[in-house]
Amino acid sequence: MAYYLDFEKPLEELETKIEELKRLSDGNEIDLSSEIRQLEKKAKDMRSEFFSDLTPWQKTMIARHPERPYTLDYITMMVEDFLELHGDRRFGDDPAIVSGIGKINGISMAVIGHQKGRGTKERIFRNFGQPNPEGYRKALRVMKLAERFKMPVVTLIDTPGAFPGIGAEERGQAEAIATNLMEVSKIKVPIVSIVIGEGGSGGALALSVADRLYMLEHSVYSVISPEGCAAILWRKNGELSLDDFSRAADALKLTTQDLKAFKIIDDIIPEPLGGAHREPETTAKRIAEYITKALETLRTKSTAKLIEERYKKIRKIGSITQT
Amino acid sequence: MAWFKKTKEIKPEKKVKIPEGLWVKCDNCKEIIYKKEIEKNLQVCPKCNYHFRIAVAERINILADEGSFVELYADIATTNPLNFKDTIAYKDRLAENKKKSGINEAAVYGSAAINNRPVILAIMDFTFMGGSMGSVVGEKIARAAEKALEEKIPLITVSSSGGARMQEGMFSLMQMAKVSAAIAKLKEADVLYISIVADPTFGGVTASFAMLGDVIIAEPKSLIGFAGPRVIEQTIKQQLPENFQKAEFLLEHGMIDMVVERKDLKNTVYKLIEHFMPREEEKGM
Repeated sequence: MAYYLDFEKPLEELETKIEELKRLSDGNEIDLSSEIRQLEKKAKDMRSEFFSDLTPWQKTMIARHPERPYTLDYITMMVEDFLELHGDRRFGDDPAIVSGIGKINGISMAVIGHQKGRGTKERIFRNFGQPNPEGYRKALRVMKLAERFKMPVVTLIDTPGAFPGIGAEERGQAEAIATNLMEVSKIKVPIVSIVIGEGGSGGALALSVADRLYMLEHSVYSVISPEGCAAILWRKNGELSLDDFSRAADALKLTTQDLKAFKIIDDIIPEPLGGAHREPETTAKRIAEYITKALETLRTKSTAKLIEERYKKIRKIGSITQT
Repeated sequence: MAWFKKTKEIKPEKKVKIPEGLWVKCDNCKEIIYKKEIEKNLQVCPKCNYHFRIAVAERINILADEGSFVELYADIATTNPLNFKDTIAYKDRLAENKKKSGINEAAVYGSAAINNRPVILAIMDFTFMGGSMGSVVGEKIARAAEKALEEKIPLITVSSSGGARMQEGMFSLMQMAKVSAAIAKLKEADVLYISIVADPTFGGVTASFAMLGDVIIAEPKSLIGFAGPRVIEQTIKQQLPENFQKAEFLLEHGMIDMVVERKDLKNTVYKLIEHFMPREEEKGM
């Protein structure tokens, strides 16, 4: 059974009906194919309509869709001969970040990404995609390894944020993120980063300092979650409504369209109709194409130029009156 | 510039959380103390050594040689890219905070001298929108680092911040990457960077320049962390350990180099500069 978001409910009814008709006509004399075709067209139109006009909050829901492909799904679909590399060599191995090496369209590279889990057990194991410091330290270790062997780096971003826990604080969550931001700014190989789902604040940023930053069409990237933002601004008697979240999502300007307009991201990778989870293979192929295309350009640059351009790219972000 | 010279007339206790009046209740030990006594003691409680939050002007008085501080780019301002409105519009909130704090933004930077050693000094003020880092704070810290690099003189930052500024959305988040990249350049050129962390420092500021100091110094009992204690408590549904996220806790866990009392800050910073960047070598450069 497919999972439908609230705003997709009319679509669910229609598609359930189509399934019923298909079952009915199966092995039967009655020919319902024209009706089915008609309804399928209607469903498609309905979906197009829904998806052409999504609110930022609806996009947030799609970005967190439980069926949305995660890092390991994309790795399975687009990375050849992937070998996972574990551990930060300091404290432990963080299952909320997956890292390793493999080939995308024939080129060996390091692939690193946040990993949410599917199903209760795996979600807990992956800590809902919220890394601890060792996750960030592992990511940096693998990036530096890639740097030594002149392999490009790809990162896939999908996290609600860095984990707020006692151990995380004790082991230096802030230091781990800060160090990644600093070190990645001068890594001597091309880095391409793609937000595939939820870009949750500093915990996402720590993996997304890059030469090219792309976002899947219905992913989001925000300094704070709409829920967190609403809680700070509008919590009355501890009660918050969906309207508050929706308002916060609007205010935060967290959609791909906003961020492209702000020049915070380089490009939007279009998703299949209905979202990445409707056609994961197509989405994976598109991501791989964007990576390959970006690397074609980036790999022609000298190391000095690559790093200088990356610095300028990061340095100029801001919205100030120049004096 | 003028207002910096007038710092002695400013009554910063109006801006920080000390209530007005002759007597003050310490936030930490709850003792009632004569206000003048706290003022004389650099805004530190004489009973329990609690370091009150202080304004930029007072911080300059404590760290820099008298009259040496020259502020740079005081008037960089945000363009309000999101046109954000919370309970009030962001631009009105900014105006309100300017009035309240007497400064233009949550960070001030400039050149200064510490016992005659030239430095670049950047200071955050928690009074201004919780010391939050938006485009302006990010730009000032980055420019401070670039100026220190250009002049090959130490960079000193004093942090006090709730983190990235929500009202500027992703522009704020990206400042973390920007300032960290600027600090990276300092490190490559072996220019000393001393990070002083004051109460409270959280989120995007801790997770960028505050934790990147070659030497990290915290004031006693300052709260320092990535996630706020309430968020952690709500997430893990456990009581937090005693002293959690206090400067002493960070010291114990190897996250900072030292906890230094306010009265010793200037001299400690000076000694570090003398060790790491001795004058002779400076002449040689």
